[in-house]
Amino acid sequence: MDLLVKNARLVDPARGVDTVTNVVIRAGKIRALGDGSVSDLPIFDATGLIVAPGFFDIHVHLREPGTEEAETIATGGNAAVAGGFTAVAPMPNTKPSNDNPSITHYILSEARRSSPARIFPIGAITKEQKGETLAEIGEMFEAGVVGISDDGKPVMDAQLFRRALEYSQMFDIPVIQHCEDLHLSKGGVMHEGVYSTRLGLKGIPAAAEETMVSRDLILAEMTGGKYHVAHLSTRRSVEMVRAAKVRGLRISAEVTPHHFTLTDAAVAEYDTNAKMNPPLRTADDVDAVLDGIRDGTIDAIASDHAPHHINLKMLEFDLAPFGITGLETAVGLALTKLQLPIGRLIELFSTNAQKIMRVAPWGLFEGSEADLTVLDLNRSWTFDVNKSRSLSRNSPFHGWQMKGKAVGTIVGGKVVYEDRAG
Amino acid sequence: MTRKHLLGIQDLDREEILEILDTAESFQEVSTRPIKKVPTLRGKTIINLFFEASTRTRTSFEIAGKRLSADVVNVSASTSSVSKGETLIDTAKTLDAMAADCVVIRHSSSGAPNTLARLTKASIINAGDGAHEHPTQALLDAFTIRMRKGRLDDLKVAIIGDVAHSRVARSNVHLLTKFGTHVWLCSTPTLMPQGVQHMVCENRHFLHTTNSMDEAVRAADVIMMLRVQFERMNESFFPSIREYFRYFGLSRRRVEQAKPDVIIMHPGPMNRGVEIATDVADGPYSVILDQVAAGVAVRMSILYLLLGG
Repeated sequence: MDLLVKNARLVDPARGVDTVTNVVIRAGKIRALGDGSVSDLPIFDATGLIVAPGFFDIHVHLREPGTEEAETIATGGNAAVAGGFTAVAPMPNTKPSNDNPSITHYILSEARRSSPARIFPIGAITKEQKGETLAEIGEMFEAGVVGISDDGKPVMDAQLFRRALEYSQMFDIPVIQHCEDLHLSKGGVMHEGVYSTRLGLKGIPAAAEETMVSRDLILAEMTGGKYHVAHLSTRRSVEMVRAAKVRGLRISAEVTPHHFTLTDAAVAEYDTNAKMNPPLRTADDVDAVLDGIRDGTIDAIASDHAPHHINLKMLEFDLAPFGITGLETAVGLALTKLQLPIGRLIELFSTNAQKIMRVAPWGLFEGSEADLTVLDLNRSWTFDVNKSRSLSRNSPFHGWQMKGKAVGTIVGGKVVYEDRAG
Repeated sequence: MTRKHLLGIQDLDREEILEILDTAESFQEVSTRPIKKVPTLRGKTIINLFFEASTRTRTSFEIAGKRLSADVVNVSASTSSVSKGETLIDTAKTLDAMAADCVVIRHSSSGAPNTLARLTKASIINAGDGAHEHPTQALLDAFTIRMRKGRLDDLKVAIIGDVAHSRVARSNVHLLTKFGTHVWLCSTPTLMPQGVQHMVCENRHFLHTTNSMDEAVRAADVIMMLRVQFERMNESFFPSIREYFRYFGLSRRRVEQAKPDVIIMHPGPMNRGVEIATDVADGPYSVILDQVAAGVAVRMSILYLLLGG
């Protein structure tokens, strides 16, 4: 696809770019930066807007194959581009699990057929995510997975997790852990603290996450493996990751928008859209996460987009599944809440995310895939969950007013999302 | 009372609690008449929707409703199927369609009454939800305490046992601290929930915790024993029933450390010989049966205030 992006403020922190100019796109790739005199191309007017390397959400759930009533690769991909993401990395907890190359191939072929966003699948660490034996990591890597994780079923067996950190080094892909000691969290439905006590709900202590972060960091140091902490949520987790980075470990960490915008107080009315795992923590944890974002301890923001059908989220709090949608709110929440320099925000959503997943990098340079996210920092808007492109409606952010929005998404030179409504 | 639902004690203020207790006093007399019935709620439909087994509370609500001439329907819903949530929501809609005026709900999931209150037109009364609240139990406990002690303030109440899983403990903590009574929660550290000291928003200095039963019962005006659930032993909250009784069982010796006019309460059903010795349960300090009698009057009062007031 060909396109001329005109008068954009181009920002690419990885290449030191921050300038107002034009982007010439031919055959899906960036051909030149600067020259706006070409006349044969369709024009995307980006006057007053920021154009960044395409945002990459490295932690989503697209539910296909297996739970297509909640989300499909097509609907999830559409929600992604509407949220400003040109690429997403779906977790392997599909049905069946993405623990072998045939599922990886299926996801990628369905993505090519139906998703406007690029899909970089994450494979399972263990067969069926059961935590018993290693999945065929090499074959999945060759099929196209960019990382491995057992997602919501953390690898409890320390020896097996050590093997995963060792074995995956052959492919230089990250081992991503959802850190949760399942003994400590057993039966829990929200953060363990004052609110769980008051509400009479079984708690998930911060220690359930922290003891596993601690164990994993020791194993990462021992093996030299490429370790990535998914959605960290507590002060001590942030502090441990910070200390490990000081010691020079090859590790990275992500956080979700809900863990820096909400606390466990949101559960007060037993709202199942405030039920996720890791659970919403305390205000002190939110402060620590914000510090971690500002000082670079946290490398990326990922939505943990977890669509669930309304029938399941209508259940009693104890019985409703964990998780909320997030693709269409992540960028708005980050722009509204974080007040970061724009370059840092782009690192969190794009350049760092690319590095963590070891994908062939894209950005504002000649020859790059023309995958671009267009931001309007001044756009005031209100999230309406009923207009979401996701098949599911489980968001706690319905009605939230935000300032700053992804108003355009370009994948391979094609404008796949544009919001000029103002 | 302007309230539509009774979901928990936490939301009630002192005036509302006193209105319920005072009204209950006036209803007490009805239960002593040869014909135990007043026409107050004639034509009203009350549905007892119990997702959890209960004899005492369900019967108490049924009798309370019938003494007020309401039509009372009992529904024992099963929670065994995976789709129990759908059952709750669909049941709620069904009951609404039948124009029930009040639904009394007991459910093993905390917050189920809150969910129901959002979905139905009927008044919802929480008859116990998970480990959250059991407001009518706390109100009948307060009624009993006030009857015996003449007041609700400036007392020492020891609540002993499985605090972590107890909705009775939570509702009593909210109620008694609102009136300025010192509440001592006493349990093993394994059964004392995180952040319990901050459970109440105000009057926090009236709430105390201890692992020593001697400290809890010393000079106590009221000792409230909680039921121990045997399955807790399998979850290693404590090693054995025998050892539990040794540290947290109410024996005659421990009763003697309390005030001479101490009253002993238990929300029932009791495990004799586990949390309470038989001679204590049946002894002169026990007001356990007074609690049961108070339950009918208090529930009549609540039904009247929510539906007929």
